[in-house]
Amino acid sequence: MNHTLFVTAAYLVSALGLGGLALWIINDQRARQRELAELEQAGIGRRSKAGK
Amino acid sequence: MSDANTLGAKLTSLANPTRFLDLSGRILPWLAGIAVLVTAIGLWMGFAAPEDYQQGTTVRIMYLHVPFAWISMMCYVVMAAAALGTLVWRHPLADVSLKAAAPIGAMFTALALATGSIWGRPMWGTWWVWDGRLTSVFVLFLIYLGIIALTRAIDDHGRAARMAAIVTLVGLINLPIIKFSVEWWNTLHQPASVMRLDGPTIHSSLLWPLLISALGFTLVFFALHLAAMRAEIWRRRVEAMRRIAARQADRQTDRQTERAGGQQA
Repeated sequence: MNHTLFVTAAYLVSALGLGGLALWIINDQRARQRELAELEQAGIGRRSKAGK
Repeated sequence: MSDANTLGAKLTSLANPTRFLDLSGRILPWLAGIAVLVTAIGLWMGFAAPEDYQQGTTVRIMYLHVPFAWISMMCYVVMAAAALGTLVWRHPLADVSLKAAAPIGAMFTALALATGSIWGRPMWGTWWVWDGRLTSVFVLFLIYLGIIALTRAIDDHGRAARMAAIVTLVGLINLPIIKFSVEWWNTLHQPASVMRLDGPTIHSSLLWPLLISALGFTLVFFALHLAAMRAEIWRRRVEAMRRIAARQADRQTDRQTERAGGQQA
């Protein structure tokens, strides 16, 4: 019995699932870093300057 | 006393998100590279190994399905440990770890279900049955979705962390149910053939590719988890900076209003 199609489908689904997850996380990282850079450029620090 | 203080200081410095970002940034490229390499070697060995005398070529789906199923449970253990970290030690990175792991765990569980279903069609003659093992893993998937929703539904990080930690620990009861489902109930799913007290029952020609694939995918999981944790730390920094910016803008407006009021007087 030839079940190549089932094996191919399983590997394809797994590659898409894990590849998509990795891309989503990398995209999330880049977007957050971009936001951080924009805020830092605007002169916003991470610590409140209250009282100074 | 001083020894305890030194240890405490060391643990605190490790818990520092800036230190974590620095350390994880150095480790991550290596971890990701090794993860992809080990997974590729494991899967290649799987294709080079002989076919199973009963399953034929579909045994190759097992090099995906079995690691995914193991990792779906391992991820939950990582999250339960993080939940303890939040509730008992109030570790600042514990909630970051739990929140970052949930979508990855959900994906591995979904893939375990999907690859199992694709294997089941030619081997069992059905895509799905509501037996003990399949149903309990499906419940694990739903728990992951619930935790993902919970961590994103509440704006207050402290409250969200405590609630997610409690729900995660309650959901831990599902793990022994998954593990022993094949023994407690008469199921279509086969009983354990690798993690057995009397040793694996799989021939070494198929066992080694399986173990190496599992190691590779485990490293993939940890690489994804580290990357997602870094993104989560940056997200929280952006939120904190926006709050500070809003407060500064408020203060400026107040000062301008005061000045305008003074001039009018």
